[in-house]
Amino acid sequence: MTLYKGYEMVIGLEVHVELKTKTKIFCSCPTTFGAEPNTQCCPVCMGYPGTLPVLNKKVVEYAVKAGLATNCKIANYSKEDRKNYFYPDLPKAYQISQYDLPLCEHGWLDVETEEGAKRIGITRIHIEEDAGKLVHDDVHGTMIDCNRCGVPLIEIVSEPDIRSAEEAKAYLQKLRAIILYTGVSDCKMQEGSLRCDVNLSVRKAGEEKFGTRTEMKNLNSFQFIVKAIEYEYKRQVDAIEAGETIVQETRRFDPATGKTYTMRSKENANDYRYFPDPDLPPIELSDAAIKALGDEIPELPDARKKVYMEKYGLTAYDGEVLTSDKAMADYFEAAAATTKHPKLAANLLISEFMRLVETESFSCPVSAENLGELATLVGDDVINSSTAKKLIKEMFETNASPKAMVEERGLAQINDEVLLGKLVAEAVAANPKSVADYKKGKLAAAKAIVGNVMGKTAGKGNPVIINRLLEAELAKY
Amino acid sequence: MSDLLKMNLSELALALREKKISSAELTKAYLASIEKNEPRVGAYISTDARRALDMAIAVDKRRNAGEALSVLAGIPMGVKDNICTKGVATTCASKMLADYVPPYNAHVVENLEKAGFVMLGKLNMDEFAMGSTTENSAMKITHNPLDTTRVPGGSSGGSAAAVAANEAVYTLGSDTGGSIRQPAAFCGVVGMKPTYGTVSRYGLVAFASSLDQIGPLTKTVRDNALVLNAIAGHDKRDATSVDRTYGDFAAEIGKGVSGLVIGIPKEFFGEGISPDVKEAVLNAAKRYEKMGARLEEVSMPAIDHALAAYYVISSAEASSNLARFDGVRYGYRTAEFEDISELYKKSRSEGFGAEVKRRIMLGTFALSSGYYDAYYKKALQVRALVRADYDRVLEKCDVILSPVAPTVAYKLGEKSQNPLEMYMGDAYSVPVNVAGIPALALPCGVGEGNMPVGLQLMGKPFSEALLYRVGAALEDELGGARV
Repeated sequence: MTLYKGYEMVIGLEVHVELKTKTKIFCSCPTTFGAEPNTQCCPVCMGYPGTLPVLNKKVVEYAVKAGLATNCKIANYSKEDRKNYFYPDLPKAYQISQYDLPLCEHGWLDVETEEGAKRIGITRIHIEEDAGKLVHDDVHGTMIDCNRCGVPLIEIVSEPDIRSAEEAKAYLQKLRAIILYTGVSDCKMQEGSLRCDVNLSVRKAGEEKFGTRTEMKNLNSFQFIVKAIEYEYKRQVDAIEAGETIVQETRRFDPATGKTYTMRSKENANDYRYFPDPDLPPIELSDAAIKALGDEIPELPDARKKVYMEKYGLTAYDGEVLTSDKAMADYFEAAAATTKHPKLAANLLISEFMRLVETESFSCPVSAENLGELATLVGDDVINSSTAKKLIKEMFETNASPKAMVEERGLAQINDEVLLGKLVAEAVAANPKSVADYKKGKLAAAKAIVGNVMGKTAGKGNPVIINRLLEAELAKY
Repeated sequence: MSDLLKMNLSELALALREKKISSAELTKAYLASIEKNEPRVGAYISTDARRALDMAIAVDKRRNAGEALSVLAGIPMGVKDNICTKGVATTCASKMLADYVPPYNAHVVENLEKAGFVMLGKLNMDEFAMGSTTENSAMKITHNPLDTTRVPGGSSGGSAAAVAANEAVYTLGSDTGGSIRQPAAFCGVVGMKPTYGTVSRYGLVAFASSLDQIGPLTKTVRDNALVLNAIAGHDKRDATSVDRTYGDFAAEIGKGVSGLVIGIPKEFFGEGISPDVKEAVLNAAKRYEKMGARLEEVSMPAIDHALAAYYVISSAEASSNLARFDGVRYGYRTAEFEDISELYKKSRSEGFGAEVKRRIMLGTFALSSGYYDAYYKKALQVRALVRADYDRVLEKCDVILSPVAPTVAYKLGEKSQNPLEMYMGDAYSVPVNVAGIPALALPCGVGEGNMPVGLQLMGKPFSEALLYRVGAALEDELGGARV
């Protein structure tokens, strides 16, 4: 990326992912999203006097899977700690989290940006409980919804290895993809089941020392994350260039203005007084138990990507895109199995289908078989790409078989060289001005002639053959 | 009727089973005793005669229908007011929870409910169990029934006074640093602090989670074992509850002490112990020797640091446990406030008493950034040393004998202005909680002012049955423990 005024940005991300367990982390309340306020809580998650937490074993299993999938070392011995602070959405006035002995440490994942491949370090992954939600309204003032209290989270902390908004986005997409593969979370950003805090500092390119960082909390869309990073990068650079000092603080990104604002500075920061939660025994995991959880993890994006590159000849970037969503990769593989042109299927999926499907979680009204059929029709020169595009639109509406449509409507490409040769000769003869222009070096003039031929074939002429015949025809002049 | 009040739990259970008496009759006798004695004792924060009678009548009906019932069925009792009772105010003797009514029962209350208990009321205590005299209650003063100018001890002062004053056959208390044993000693009754993890803490309003344990206060050692039988056991809702088979805690009573080795640690008889207490306890030791036990003088050097470690750990945990009382969801809320910060500050300043605030501040400080290593972490290291001391001594001794407290019950108001002196009084009881082991307190004689002296018997984890056996032997020898 191009540096702004010679500064590079240094980014570390803290990602909170809600685990998809049926019940909460320390009680048996359900975790379903969107229920009526305060209908999914009990004395335990509401922190009533005398209640005690009991760790949901599934939470540990899910967190270990996330850790293994991101190449972390899993602790045989870890513990839970109390993070003490007062806030109305935190019923016990402490959050049960992990401080110095997290469940997972020293991981990494590889990302692919247009600038190439890069490995981003993962410092740690720990388990913790979510807080409740404050709801403000003019009539009642501030109300507390405790449904989310005690919903299990993992916090995934990256190393400060990220150097651009593009990389941050690629990291998040990769992380999201991996988590989705493991099935431990549905990672829905709109529902808050994946949230991101960005730690960002800047330094002169080549400088080794880190600058003072600011933290931007709870960004909940890729778009906001990119915008917040770009704004904050320039803000810090401009501030330093103007002779100001960056203060360590928490900043809020306002999507309406695209700017970041001071929330609280370090001087006002909490002393969380972490200490081991005496209500909870340490978490002990044997190597065998960790391995058993590892065996439950399905093939991950990078392994699939490698297969796509080797078997189907896809580029690394296309492989990354296709594997970024397990549902999409599954879909692609199903389509690829039905055609001898899998690379074409990949191209159609990435360049045409992707524009029409929902981006956050892949689902497609066209069956995988029909995508395979379409790839075969294009690959075997039965139809040309413009016909393919027209068909795709209809396939999305009706999921009709492209082969059947081609047959019914006679949309098959005209590959008859005699017929096309005749039409080319006619077109050349009828357009002396274009021919003259072409001869003067205006190569684009040929396009008009091709268009003319295509018009006469109702768009069905094979453009490759037409171009070849035209070149030969023009050479005669 | 007055004869009923002289009977212990085992005797009452038999009489009930044989239908010589009814639970309703027994309950009425105790309600009458409460009415008579409460004005001078003040053991209860709340009583409910109607509810108690209804519970008694229900048990009588079940018994008359031929149902096989627990030994505790139909026996009137009281519960310390930091143990949650569904639909019945549980105040922790604090203004903060003066109107708090829990939506659920503590595990121990559930167990007793199954056993057919008759709850007379909720018992006074030091606010949030912090104190040694029950003078820190925001509700009332409890007097020692044996001498009403004296304190009943604390924090389970109401629980001990009620048993001593015949206002309950047995009571439940909680013990974080001696809060069952010390008031039992001061009032001349029997109190047990079980091994950490034996009785579920679910529903006990936490003071210091790694030290708190619920236990019974009774008139006799056997009674105590019978109550522990009903409340002990694994509970999935308490992750620190130990999953094991607990046998009959009364099983070994009557086996005597012949051949047992009793450790006498010199650190429990050093500076600060009053001569009357020392004499009574050592006399008890001699009795054991006569009964065939072997006494062995031992040394436990880490004990001298246990008190300091205890006050750091318990206050640190308390500062976090009591943070939830913020005026937002339940409990006391200040009348007027401008913003959330003021709501917190005013509610907590007005809702908590001085001792609770002192401990919260102490604990907050000990956990603060920059001080954690010097205080909390060091206290945990001391804790490990104290445990190691007990492990080592209990390798060669079956039980360890000591006083419960350095003095007999002192006068009301005598130490309430000097917290440090009051803390020193916990020196013999807190090491037990720090180590997580069980300890039984029972009367072993009298001291100054004819007040009872409490003996403490400590043992290995899960050795409650042995402690009851050793305690019962002395009780028999002394011809009934009651003063």
